[in-house]
Amino acid sequence: MRNTLIRVASAAFLAGLIGIPANAEVDLNGNWQSRQHEDWIERGPGPDPVDYTGLPLSPEGRAKALSYTAAQLGMSERQCLYYVPHYVVFGPQGVKIWSEHDHVTGRIIAWKISAAVDRDIITVWMDGRPRPGRNEPHTFAGFTTGKWEGDMLTTYTTHIKEGYDRRNGVPSSDQATATMHIMRHGDLLTIMAVITDPVYLTEPHVVDRTWVLDPRANTPPTSAACFPFVELPNLDGTAKVPHHLPGKNPDVAELVKLHNLPQDAILGFPETIYPEYRKKIKDTYVRPEQCKRYCCGWVALGGPGSSPGLSCITNGSGRVFDQ
Amino acid sequence: MKNGRSWLRGFLMEAAALMVLGSVHLFAQGRGGGAAQTAKAAAPIDLTGYWVAVISEDWRWRMVTPAKGDYASIPLTKDGKALADTWDPAKDTSEGEQCRSYAAPGLMRLPARFHLTWQDDNTLRVDSDLGMQTRLFHFGNWKSPGGAATWQGDSVARWEMPRAGFGAAPATGGSLTVNTTNIKPGYMRKNGVMFSANAKLTEYFDLVREEGGDIWLVDTVVLDDPKNLQVPWTTPIHYKKEADGSKWDPTPCSATW
Repeated sequence: MRNTLIRVASAAFLAGLIGIPANAEVDLNGNWQSRQHEDWIERGPGPDPVDYTGLPLSPEGRAKALSYTAAQLGMSERQCLYYVPHYVVFGPQGVKIWSEHDHVTGRIIAWKISAAVDRDIITVWMDGRPRPGRNEPHTFAGFTTGKWEGDMLTTYTTHIKEGYDRRNGVPSSDQATATMHIMRHGDLLTIMAVITDPVYLTEPHVVDRTWVLDPRANTPPTSAACFPFVELPNLDGTAKVPHHLPGKNPDVAELVKLHNLPQDAILGFPETIYPEYRKKIKDTYVRPEQCKRYCCGWVALGGPGSSPGLSCITNGSGRVFDQ
Repeated sequence: MKNGRSWLRGFLMEAAALMVLGSVHLFAQGRGGGAAQTAKAAAPIDLTGYWVAVISEDWRWRMVTPAKGDYASIPLTKDGKALADTWDPAKDTSEGEQCRSYAAPGLMRLPARFHLTWQDDNTLRVDSDLGMQTRLFHFGNWKSPGGAATWQGDSVARWEMPRAGFGAAPATGGSLTVNTTNIKPGYMRKNGVMFSANAKLTEYFDLVREEGGDIWLVDTVVLDDPKNLQVPWTTPIHYKKEADGSKWDPTPCSATW
């Protein structure tokens, strides 16, 4: 018995020496810097008030989104609300990922994905614990389990509190679920999120983003404290919620005017995300002659890494900025 | 003492066995699990079939041709921007260069369908209906014949196998890495955002199976072009698998649409 134990221990020791992993898992630990090389406007400065392009919205989702106004964020009780966990692929932030181990077996019991200024930590349980009952509390972190599929970590999140899928009020219901596929290729991390929502979406909404390993990023694991205060005294204590009534959203045609985009695409009709939709708009879409705002989304002008001599319209002012 | 020698002998034999195992493991990684196997036989994932690009990201820049000067999200250099500012689609058409935005770095972001098939045992073929382009992913020891650059360039592919854990069940799945060079300068975005002749394209293809039965292909694309880009332009793209080619719609290149 003693010899057997010694042999097992020595084999494990030798396996460690030559680099055979104890578990068939990829190391995701580290600080990952966000690459905002698509949807920069949505993720950086923020989307236009009514820009639901790329979303398969249900009539309920569209109606609720159109009722939204950013003035809601001025209400004391809404200033510190978090986004939903799958906002990790919609937001601009980098992430820190770390593993937590069982102190006796050494096995990973959870992966943690850091919070952001407006999102909670995601805990991906790997220990096979059961999912809470459907009537258990829903939170902004949700409840997430994970499993390895080859080199891909697949996570599944339920029990998500109602929130937003896009910063301009596109809603996410408390029945939404998020499956995330986390893939590492060298120093690149890709997360593909498949979001289902029987209330506000007609089909899964799929988004994938990439981060780059950056040991110097030093991403904080938790979110900063938020302290609400009275921004709009005329709303305080009145129980009024700023909103647009049906048919009264003043921004509904803004992207039609700015970019000649078709109205049904702006409003997130599901058929607009498939290639065949182009046939419908081929004879009506007219390309704008010149970009007039938010034309560039590269490194902030004057910031580290920016290219000398660049000039571009980098914000909504329409003014050209030079390096 | 005798027991001690016996234990030492066992320890050394186990060490040797593990060293061999480790070597085999390292050799197998990225080589399809064995030198004798063809790429098709060694494929850890099945990428063949019809795939549709679902445009849930960058809709305004992918589904329609954006305005001239709209470079949002692309980390252009001064040189890259200067080139993009000269975009003239009418000139492209008159010069027979209307396929510039269908070159490999731009092709995979188009609102298109893609058909993946094995052209032979070591060549994976990618056809697009939009622009009617063909990419060939060459496995094994394929060497580029050289010659003039083309829209789709020369692509070298290899399978990436997951590592089996010590004492764990054999790992399943895998991914595909494709490196493309010798690409004729074209557009990474439809509105004339150009990549240079020295651009290198690296792609990582992963297969995702959803619980509901949907199958997705994720292509993490890294376009490295120090002349026109401040940093490599990194954009993951996803495609949904379709049952058949009934929606396949061959459409020639257009410089304007």
